[in-house]
Amino acid sequence: MKSKSLVSISDYTKEEYLKILNLAAEFEANPVQEILKGFVVATLFFEPSTRTRLSFESAVNRLGGRILGFSDAGTTSSTKGETLRDTILTVSNYADLIVMRHPVEGGARFASEISPVPIVNAGDGANQHPSQTLLDLYSIRKTQGRLDNLNIFMIGDLKYGRTVHSLLQALSHFNTTFYFISPDELKMPDEYKMFLDNLGLKYYEYKEFTDIVDKADIIYMTRVQKERFSDPIEYEKTKNAYVLRANMLENTKPKMKVLHPLPRVNEIHLDVDDHESAYYFEQAQNGVYTRQAIISSILGVK
Amino acid sequence: MKDKKQLVVSAIKDGTVIDHIPANDLFKVISILGLDHIDNYITFGTNLESKKLGKKAIIKISYVFFRNEDINKIALVAPDAKLNVIKDYKVVEKKVVEVPDEIIGIARCVNPMCITNKENVTTKFQVVNKKTVSLECHYCEKITDKANLVIIKG
Repeated sequence: MKSKSLVSISDYTKEEYLKILNLAAEFEANPVQEILKGFVVATLFFEPSTRTRLSFESAVNRLGGRILGFSDAGTTSSTKGETLRDTILTVSNYADLIVMRHPVEGGARFASEISPVPIVNAGDGANQHPSQTLLDLYSIRKTQGRLDNLNIFMIGDLKYGRTVHSLLQALSHFNTTFYFISPDELKMPDEYKMFLDNLGLKYYEYKEFTDIVDKADIIYMTRVQKERFSDPIEYEKTKNAYVLRANMLENTKPKMKVLHPLPRVNEIHLDVDDHESAYYFEQAQNGVYTRQAIISSILGVK
Repeated sequence: MKDKKQLVVSAIKDGTVIDHIPANDLFKVISILGLDHIDNYITFGTNLESKKLGKKAIIKISYVFFRNEDINKIALVAPDAKLNVIKDYKVVEKKVVEVPDEIIGIARCVNPMCITNKENVTTKFQVVNKKTVSLECHYCEKITDKANLVIIKG
């Protein structure tokens, strides 16, 4: 996998997912190693995403690599009108690998085609965020002991939620049964349902989940954002149906875990944090191990 | 009616006849093939009666012969088009268009947030459904379907 960019979750095969997850498990057991000594990683965040940037930088720091970059395009030449092309061609002289977040969709793919050094996409608009998907897979496997034949509940904004779309694509390799729970306005788009139909995978659509929650192995929560609704009254009526509370989790499977890509607003009530199924903060920690695995694998040191 | 049609678009001695173009898409076909930039003798007729298409268009181009990969580009807008290669007033070869697996540069991505609409990047699509002409952007991964298809001016 040396010198191969990671732009989209579909760039990796099932075997490559598993290789990354196994490597991430090694880093979890031994997170501080000097294997990136002498390497420079650039983190180019053309739009702010503090959590993702810190996670990548923590991953590199713990492996002895050095970081350069910016956390906001406001401080760069982009404000002077420099193209992405020029920024990438310049920065690739300074670093061995570029982690980039860019508001334009397909920006990371384009960068990977012109850059002499590998690109890791840390989010391109509403399109892809593959390291998030890999850390989600890692969290699922770690908590369930397997990836195959699980019931995955996706709740909230399934229309615009980039993380659920990528996770769906990745889990399609593992005979997952999907439960999509969302208001009508934010249903899973047809193209993803057709994708599952073509693979012969099962999915169910619901507007509520209290009656079926006992089937879940994983509940993956997303934010229902007010600005996605054309009708504010509709938002007020539906928002509380998609807030998870501890008393909804009474009849769930003992190993069931609640995941969330974070940041959360109000969709997971604080009383869930003390419930044994709350896993979203550990999930964020798994992000560091997964990113250590991605970077060291691409740089060929593992 | 048939006789009249042949009078409207006169025969050519050597060249290519492209028939069965949907009338609404005639100018897209002209643009895709770059016919608006060449000096050859070209005649075309449009809004002609067609049992299959309702209204069709036909183009006759003198002394131009297309390579298959060039002619397949028009499959995006005229998947039923048929070509007759004419030599000395006779049809010497008939061709049909085939929707290619990959479309480079001809169409615009429907997604305004796509890099191809923001910077000088050549568009590139995988054809994910040849029947409905559904294109998946190589960059932003969004689908552009026939209803939203915009041809980039040559």
